[in-house]
Amino acid sequence: MLVIKNLKANVEGKEILKGINLEIKAGEVHAIMGPNGSGKSTLANVLAGNGGYEVTSGEIYFEGKDLVELAPEDRAREGIFLAFQYPIEIPGISNATFLKTALNEVRKYHGKPEATPKEFLELLKEKSGVLGMDPQFISRSVNVGFSGGEKKRNEILQMLMLQPKLALLDETDSGLDIDALKIVSSGVNVFKNKDNAVLLVTHYQRLLNYIVPDYVHVLSQGRIIKSGGKELALELEEKGYDWIKNDELIEENV
Amino acid sequence: MEEIKTDSLKEKDEVSEDMQLLNDVTKNEYKWGFITDIESDTAPKGLNEEIVRFISMKKEEPEWMTEWRLKAFRHWQKMEEPEWPNVTYPKIDFQDIIYYSAPKRKPQLESLDEVDPELLKTFEKLGIPLEEQKILSGVAVDAVFDSVSVATTFKETLKEKGVIFSSVSDALKEHPELVKKYLGSVVPYTDNYYAALNAAVFSDGSFVYIPKGVRCPMELSTYFRINNEETGQFERTLIIAEDNSYVSYLEGCTAPIRDTNQLHAAVVELVILENAEIKYSTVQNWYPGNSEGKGGIYNFVTKRAACRGNHSKVSWTQVETGSAVTWKYPSCILQGDYSVGEFYSVAVTNNYQQADTGSKMIHLGKNTSSTIISKGISAGKSNNSYRGLVKVGKKADNARNFTQCDSMLMGEKCGAHTFPYIEIENNTARVEHEATTSKVGEDQIFYLNQRGISSEDAVNMIVNGFCKEVFNNLPMEFAVEAQKLLAISLESSVG
Ligand SMILES: Nc1ncnc2c1ncn2[C@@H]1O[C@H](COP(=O)(O)OP(=O)(O)OP(=O)(O)O)[C@@H](O)[C@H]1O
Ligand SMILES: [Mg+2]
Repeated sequence: MLVIKNLKANVEGKEILKGINLEIKAGEVHAIMGPNGSGKSTLANVLAGNGGYEVTSGEIYFEGKDLVELAPEDRAREGIFLAFQYPIEIPGISNATFLKTALNEVRKYHGKPEATPKEFLELLKEKSGVLGMDPQFISRSVNVGFSGGEKKRNEILQMLMLQPKLALLDETDSGLDIDALKIVSSGVNVFKNKDNAVLLVTHYQRLLNYIVPDYVHVLSQGRIIKSGGKELALELEEKGYDWIKNDELIEENV
Repeated sequence: MEEIKTDSLKEKDEVSEDMQLLNDVTKNEYKWGFITDIESDTAPKGLNEEIVRFISMKKEEPEWMTEWRLKAFRHWQKMEEPEWPNVTYPKIDFQDIIYYSAPKRKPQLESLDEVDPELLKTFEKLGIPLEEQKILSGVAVDAVFDSVSVATTFKETLKEKGVIFSSVSDALKEHPELVKKYLGSVVPYTDNYYAALNAAVFSDGSFVYIPKGVRCPMELSTYFRINNEETGQFERTLIIAEDNSYVSYLEGCTAPIRDTNQLHAAVVELVILENAEIKYSTVQNWYPGNSEGKGGIYNFVTKRAACRGNHSKVSWTQVETGSAVTWKYPSCILQGDYSVGEFYSVAVTNNYQQADTGSKMIHLGKNTSSTIISKGISAGKSNNSYRGLVKVGKKADNARNFTQCDSMLMGEKCGAHTFPYIEIENNTARVEHEATTSKVGEDQIFYLNQRGISSEDAVNMIVNGFCKEVFNNLPMEFAVEAQKLLAISLESSVG
């Protein structure tokens, strides 16, 4: 589904991603962990096409299409979804209008008719039910005055509504209380199937108890320095990141 | 700030002065001494007493009207063009303007193929039906759809209710006593430079009279009155709402209006008596000039409402997207106790446009309240200023005002400015002012992009969200059109 080859990217002229290689297949869950500032959000933003990030070399293919060529809205319509680490507030636009517009844009792109108000409302009811969201949220402005946890939940609601192929979840677990973490995780598990994929960025092994990854990658200073199965997360939790960095140094010296 | 003359004594003075003059005039044999060819449809360039007389005569006005215009002209000559607004434009040569030409029908075209394709594109984006596009651009229309027939049914319904809706010229002929009583009573010609000029040379405009206890059964729109005449350069509108009456009036339309006249100086006077309400909505879309700032209309408007009766209410709602230079401060004089004034405004400037707009709320009666919600959006290299005055007089116990002015900037080269003035002479007054400035953030646009929404749509959504409180006050259909209009005005301003 997603193939990243030797991807390098700059922010404000500074190289942040220094050669990323990664392949994600349909049905898989990948977790990316790594120290603050290592480039995890940068990777997610580059995949989503944020104009503030410049791809300097390498390739990204999504379902065989060259992503670098695609505008961000088209990437979204193709099925790439980014749950933001810091969701953005948009005053004056209700969640309902926002969700409906987004849903219909995606539908239009795939040649499907727009959702009727009834269809939309039913879908909305079903999905917000999964997340135990107060229906009142829907008439409020997008993320305005939402608590940190509410914003994260709102991101997952959008994901459930839009049914993307690849969901990039950037620290969706941070800022959630224990109950909310369970609810959001179950939302992701409801979403997950053999045809789609999830890439989650997290600092906490805890999340991976709820959403079990097939692969765990460690990103450090713009490179994936180690990949492994779900047990790698436990190891990281126990030992921190330094031991891998040391390992890597040893490998390089050999 | 230009001075505001509000007390009723002053108005009485004006009236008796008028009477005096009228007498003088009827005593002396009126000397026309005309060089100008009376038969001509157009006055020569320039402005002098002779031209003012010519205009008045062409319009077959009563003599008191001619005298009123002359007094205005003489006053105007003594005045200076205001320089306080935060706008710059080349000096206007008032002697280089033609002040009268006979009402022209828009040039008749054979088909839409002859219309400027740019204009047609805009019509399409606005979703204006084909037949209406033809009317707006001056193409001959099928007899069935001729707006005259629409207008006729419309007029009959109004007549049943006793509502008068006509041009000021017609009103001068049919209801001279009403015009004489109220014209200039809210905006005297002494008010400001452009008001004086307008009084001297105004071409025409709308006259509305809603009798006691009548709720006007439909929204009155200039669209029906103007039909296929070109809008005047110096328009004058007068609306009177008698006790316990209500009217909603729509001015302008969303279709872009081109005009060969660069200077526009309109005056709007609203008189609201006891327990009456006027809702006045404007969509202004004059030609703003090209993207280099060439051409474009200068729009200097004086709009004022006098809430004379107790419990009277006026609500100004405006969406301003056009003109090269706009200078406009719809005001409310809250004379009656418990009277209410509201001002909701969206002003958009793009490219090289300049707007200096806002409102004035003059609290004179007890327990009066006012609200100002102003949304300024600047894009390109434009300049958008809010200028507002809240004044509470000595006797205005318990006056309340709430002002909120929000500015939104798109890009790095535009400007937004706020000039709030507050003058309070009564310590029971409660005046609140809030102001915010925000930018359409790249991060907001990207967030919407990431949900499948194009940048253009994203900007529109963000801007519409910003203007929501104002749009909510427009009549439904107008609001939908206004949203589209905003989208067009800001097109290609964020890339
Ligand atoms: N807009 C920006 N301007 C300047 N530097 C930036 C910008 N965005 C990211 N960076 C820098 O790029 C580096 C990687 O940032 P990124 O947000 O990808 O880290 P992260 O791995 O997601 O960290 P965290 O775990 O704290 O979320 C950091 O050094 C950060 O300061
Ligand atoms: Mg991050």
